[in-house]
Amino acid sequence: MATNRRDFLKLLGTIGAAGAVGGQAHSAPPASSARPDAWAMLSDLSLCIGCRKCEFACKQANRLPNRPMEDFEDEAVFEKTRRTDRHNLTVVNRFEAPQPGEKAVYAKIQCMHCNEPACASACPVAAIRKTRQGPVDYDPSLCIGCRYCLVACPFSMPAYTYDEPFAPAVRKCTMCFDAVSRTGGAPACAKICPVEATTFGTRHELLVLARDRIHRNPDKYVDHVYGEHEVGGTNWLYLAPKSFAELGFRTDLGDRPYPELTEGFLSAVPLVVAIWPALLLGAYALTKRHEAASRGATPPLPGAVELLGAERTPTRAIEAGPQVRTGSKGK
Amino acid sequence: MANSITHPRPRHTWLTDVARFGLLVRDAIRPRATPFNLAATVVLSLGLVVTWIRFTRGLGATTNLSDNYPWGLWIGFDMLCGVALAAGGFVLAAAVELFHLERYRGFVRPAILTAFLGYVLAVLGLLMDLGRPWAIWHPMVFWQPHSVMFEVAWCVMLYSTVLFLECLPSVCERFRLRRTLALVRRAMLALTVVGVVLSTMHQSSLGGLFLLAPAKLHPLWYSQLIPLLFFISAVIAGLSMVILESTLSHRLFHSQVADQRPADVDRLVIGLGKAASVVLLVYCCVKTIAVMKAGTWNLLPTPYGVLFLVEVLGLGLLPCALYAHAARVGSATLTRCASVLAILGVVLNRLNISVIAFRWNEPVRYVPHWMEVVLSVALITLGLVAFRWIVNTLPVLGARPTLTPDHGEAVSSKAAPSRGAVSGNDDGHAPSKEVSTCLRSPL
Repeated sequence: MATNRRDFLKLLGTIGAAGAVGGQAHSAPPASSARPDAWAMLSDLSLCIGCRKCEFACKQANRLPNRPMEDFEDEAVFEKTRRTDRHNLTVVNRFEAPQPGEKAVYAKIQCMHCNEPACASACPVAAIRKTRQGPVDYDPSLCIGCRYCLVACPFSMPAYTYDEPFAPAVRKCTMCFDAVSRTGGAPACAKICPVEATTFGTRHELLVLARDRIHRNPDKYVDHVYGEHEVGGTNWLYLAPKSFAELGFRTDLGDRPYPELTEGFLSAVPLVVAIWPALLLGAYALTKRHEAASRGATPPLPGAVELLGAERTPTRAIEAGPQVRTGSKGK
Repeated sequence: MANSITHPRPRHTWLTDVARFGLLVRDAIRPRATPFNLAATVVLSLGLVVTWIRFTRGLGATTNLSDNYPWGLWIGFDMLCGVALAAGGFVLAAAVELFHLERYRGFVRPAILTAFLGYVLAVLGLLMDLGRPWAIWHPMVFWQPHSVMFEVAWCVMLYSTVLFLECLPSVCERFRLRRTLALVRRAMLALTVVGVVLSTMHQSSLGGLFLLAPAKLHPLWYSQLIPLLFFISAVIAGLSMVILESTLSHRLFHSQVADQRPADVDRLVIGLGKAASVVLLVYCCVKTIAVMKAGTWNLLPTPYGVLFLVEVLGLGLLPCALYAHAARVGSATLTRCASVLAILGVVLNRLNISVIAFRWNEPVRYVPHWMEVVLSVALITLGLVAFRWIVNTLPVLGARPTLTPDHGEAVSSKAAPSRGAVSGNDDGHAPSKEVSTCLRSPL
């Protein structure tokens, strides 16, 4: 790994010596590390009709407590903006129409399957991992339940089964990784979507498709594919008829992959291990000589220093200390 | 015969047995029924109840944690504050064992004991908080070295071990284990170095956990410098805890520290305060640099800005000035006041970062469940009870070692017998009056 001067300064900054001068963030967005043939999803929010069949199918596929499909037609849930939780790995929220008189905009949210996931870099036991195919998968048998992934996820998608005492787990969309890799086909939500608002494909072809749709209907879409560059790119891509900020998407996350945020700090660890003992032992040797010189003797063995020191303590303290106004403490 | 009629011999029945046993229990309990002990019993029992509910009904029944607030009081207070306040162990060990500031040797053992207890309590809190505490060993086997949490896990484990080993000398002295004592003494330098390295990594990595939360932590607190700030503030917390603790020890266990003159201790306390003042100044500077780098001055006149200013000025710069002034005028009382402020400052900082300023713009906020509060208080109580018991059992507080590896019985003729007495009369000394008061002291 090539380290330039700025990186090195940053490193020092993290350790502490040069805290003041360190730490310029990477300014240029890094090239997306996603494989072009990675699995991906494209959700076109201009097509979504808010039928919430994807929510039904998702619960079905993940064996979560479900209700009959008719229940999902109830529009009352749209009154509040919801987030994903332990029973809902994907949720559809309703937002105002871009123009008065047009249909409302519905936004389906779920795990974004980042190219470089914050949750996977946070997990101390690799229970969450980025699969070679693209989806971000979770293995509950490794999980210790520290919930750092919930803290780390910039999209706040993972949820936790707090009500489960004996085998609590993180719950998040896995892009139906097991089912799709076993039997092929598409994830449940894409399969059931009646208007093909959510499409399954490779990341490359979906990006081409998204760009093509924007190109053909420049009035219908904002000129932005959400997920192309956000936090280093994600495997879930979005097209929208109005600005993403108004659809509950965070637009302040930047293009830098999240794992880079801790990279500098973690690379300082070996330096601390290497440098600290040397510095500390140097200080030990120096102060020992100083001690010895001040007593006009050769430095004795460490064990002896300790014992002598203990003997000597009270008198030295009295000689060396400043003038004291004793506090008001009695016996 | 007439006597036997007027004074019949008490009949030996199960009822009299129960009554006698009751009297025995009463006699055993009555002298220990101090307000502190009663309160501790209540709190610890409640803590046990909460533990039971936690492990039978889950986190959902005992905490107000949610998907937006995955970390609450048990992480923010028990873990982050517990570990920060335990930093006195490595600071004092480094000062004495590495930098030869021999006059502070008397503080080392209590500081290391506090540190060890702090870590044990933090781990207990963690066991409550982890979803699957029985899998706590997983980071040792399933490695993921790109995770800050992985580093935290390893450092907690290793440093707790180091602290345990550093606690051993008093155990060896108490039980006259000369060879082990000699072994530990020989390893002390290495242990101290390892302890400082691990503490540096560990204290800073607890802050490093929040590097991944730029979109969630309030901009006034989020900074790339957060690991450095955690490390520096841990040193402040450690020094301040040692100051506070020496005060409490001298109030509560004065029979054990009878060979230390209050005036000497005051001088040493002021010396520690001077060091804390310098570190606090450095901390405030780095904190200012962090805000300057982030360019978040404009957020200061907001409610969170006020909270930030209370933390940095009221509980950072103010104790810094107080410590410095106390050193100038030589007032140990003032130093002790400053230490309380500084400790509160570090606690507020940890709570701000993990709970209060985390997801600050969320409409529904996290407020701890009463059971979370009860458990945290129970852990602190457990710490105090354990500290009192260990200090009364092992030679921790006195400045002088009671046993040397080679020369048998050592220097202190005054402290040793009283300790033996406190620890349960093994040495055949009856507990002196002083000692019994100490046992019942209202700590």
